[in-house]
Amino acid sequence: MNLLQKEQFNTVSKETILGKIIVVTSGKGGVGKTTTSASFATGLAKRGNKTVVIDFDVGLRNLDLIMGCERRVVYDFVNVLNNEASLKQALIKDKRCDNLFVLPASQTRDKDALTQEGVGRVLDELKEDFDYIVCDSPAGIEKGAVMALYFADEALIVTNPEVSSVRDSDRILGILAAKSRRAEQGAEPIKEHLVITRYSPKRVEMGEMLSVEDVQELLSIPLIGVIPESEAVLSASNSGIPVINDEPSSSGQAYMDVVSRFMGEDKPMRFLEAERKGLLKRIFGT
Amino acid sequence: MPGEIIKNGEISLQTEVTESVKTRQKNNSAVELKGSVFTLPILHIQVASIPEIEADLLKHLSKARKFFENAPVVIDLKSIAKVAQDFDFHGLMKLLSQQHLIPVGVKNGSNQQNALAVSAGLAILKGGISPPDVDEKTSIKEKPTPTTDNTVKDATPVVAGPDKTKVVTQPVRSGQQVYAKGGDLIILAPVNHGAEIIADGNIHIYSTMRGRALAGVRGDVNANIFCQSMEAELVAIAGNFRVFEEDMPAEIKSKSVRIHLDNEQLVITQI
Repeated sequence: MNLLQKEQFNTVSKETILGKIIVVTSGKGGVGKTTTSASFATGLAKRGNKTVVIDFDVGLRNLDLIMGCERRVVYDFVNVLNNEASLKQALIKDKRCDNLFVLPASQTRDKDALTQEGVGRVLDELKEDFDYIVCDSPAGIEKGAVMALYFADEALIVTNPEVSSVRDSDRILGILAAKSRRAEQGAEPIKEHLVITRYSPKRVEMGEMLSVEDVQELLSIPLIGVIPESEAVLSASNSGIPVINDEPSSSGQAYMDVVSRFMGEDKPMRFLEAERKGLLKRIFGT
Repeated sequence: MPGEIIKNGEISLQTEVTESVKTRQKNNSAVELKGSVFTLPILHIQVASIPEIEADLLKHLSKARKFFENAPVVIDLKSIAKVAQDFDFHGLMKLLSQQHLIPVGVKNGSNQQNALAVSAGLAILKGGISPPDVDEKTSIKEKPTPTTDNTVKDATPVVAGPDKTKVVTQPVRSGQQVYAKGGDLIILAPVNHGAEIIADGNIHIYSTMRGRALAGVRGDVNANIFCQSMEAELVAIAGNFRVFEEDMPAEIKSKSVRIHLDNEQLVITQI
């Protein structure tokens, strides 16, 4: 859905177009779900879509750190679920991007605070106002992860090019196909997109990492982007700026490509080959 | 107690719940009684001597030690039902627990054996249909326990009817299980590591087979498995199985193969 379309529809009826819910999930921990959620949501917002990113990792909140808004957290997702605060009070406006909001997780509660009715109600409310709702899933396949994916329309499956990450992603894909609301209601299945993160073409060449082709063959879902391993990711996380804002970095550009492809643009895959140093570069360094 | 049916290594607990239980289920009672189908390994006892059983059992278990860790087993007394009325169930249970097997019940025992089994804490399983008799020594009809609770919950819902072919077009993923009850199973997408596909009849996989495939689980020794690219972790026909670790022979690995039984032996041939 693009903005133009939405405006046209709005003149007819305000209720016709609701926001899309996208879950960012992986099964395994530490593969880059939160980094991807932050950059993906920022990228959608930068393109003029009103976007909210929700941290479902209740008890281990991280998204606010990556988004650089941890000091502005007053109310959180659990407060909204328990009707202790309104959405308006809990949503934090991003300082760099007007269209972007963060709904942080609670640090003091646990995943039992997430109820299906409560999450459904909050998401329904957000759908009225936002074009895209990005759900940052916790690791694992337990309640928190299932709640994050239950209401999803589309899913970004974040996978590192190594066997255990791929196996866990396979498992979570099975859960998407079996336990989501769309599955339960027999509706059109959740649209799945594969994001391969921490990709190092050099290590693939040396046989230390699975290649993009290997991962794709094992998971058999469409690839939406490959994010190269880069120091920019760590330094961006540490400074609380989603790496997509680091425009010169390869990772930032790769996330931009992911957003473009998600919006339906045809972009060739980049950063799949190891950088070859030319003769001059080899002689003169740099 | 619900009625049990054992069919060649498989126990299906068919719940014939009485009215009163049904009513209570609706009233949010503390427990719910539900029927479910499990595949269990059956230990066929051919001799009454515990040391002899132990020696042979160890030999069988050594082939797939991990596979049988904490596996529930059913003890089939058919071969000794007429001879060993004072069979040492306590001795057998001790032996099994030392080997990390969990005996759950006995079948085909005489009345006296059954009484002893019950006093040793084992259940009596009735109504079993045995696989065709083949002259054999002490043997384990090894049948893997395919499911944990989790996998059952995530499994694609199985719609079953008699002699129905089940066709699956989506990938079968880690932790999922597909069962074609009473018929053949045809899969047109990859079966991934940790997935399990089961059929009473034949199994066809027109893609890469990386998980576990069990055909003829109700004892059809004529069932076949066909797959386009063989990378399976395990294949089984009518309870005869083979586990592949890193040792898949090059002539079948990633090849199109047919798997069938020839005189109780699994035969895997390239096609």
